[in-house]
Amino acid sequence: ATGLGALPASASLAEDEIAKLTGGAETGAGDLKITAPEIAENGNTVPIDVSAPGAVMVALFADGNPTPAVATIKFGPLNPSHEASTRIRLAETQNVIAIAQMEDGSFQRASAEVKVTIGGCGG
Amino acid sequence: MASGVKPRVKVPKTASAGETITIKTLISHKMESGQRKDDDGNVIPRSIINRFVADFNGQNIIDVTLEPAISTNPYFQFEAIVPESGEFQFTWYDDDGSVYETSKAIEVS
Repeated sequence: ATGLGALPASASLAEDEIAKLTGGAETGAGDLKITAPEIAENGNTVPIDVSAPGAVMVALFADGNPTPAVATIKFGPLNPSHEASTRIRLAETQNVIAIAQMEDGSFQRASAEVKVTIGGCGG
Repeated sequence: MASGVKPRVKVPKTASAGETITIKTLISHKMESGQRKDDDGNVIPRSIINRFVADFNGQNIIDVTLEPAISTNPYFQFEAIVPESGEFQFTWYDDDGSVYETSKAIEVS
């Protein structure tokens, strides 16, 4: 990848973890969807929803947090929709990234930018 | 053991066979991230719930690995298929080794 030199260090930290997860494989777009508020007044509890039809696993990352990993969700046989909602902490305005591993082993990627008014790491 | 940990789960009491239902779970837990400092500048050690599992009659619905970026009082909402009458099992695993469990029965008519 060229032209990525301007990214802050924390963004590449998240990219490092994503590369570790995917083994450097291409991440395509697909039905994977991440829903988050455009603006979160309180970074301590930001509601997010991830929908990943056909995925066996979804990993969530926040590229501006001190540690980018957020959660890894595996879907079992009794889960019809492969959708889950939770609440996460965001230290500052940043992207929340979802990486889904599909049944055939390929990866999909989706992200949402969240503007955070008050950070959620207890600065 | 973290104090005041209480799991709460919302599951319908009845469903028809094969129906998809929505489950909401919340466990009261401080989820200390390991990033915060106390008044003397010492880092407060991490203490979180690191895994949450929901099963129905021994079959898995969802299995989540939680990191410190999950909010205080971890909340999850998801859907499940109910093939027959039985019991939902919810399990949370704490960093300190504690395991919190709760179950909910559902009647399929």
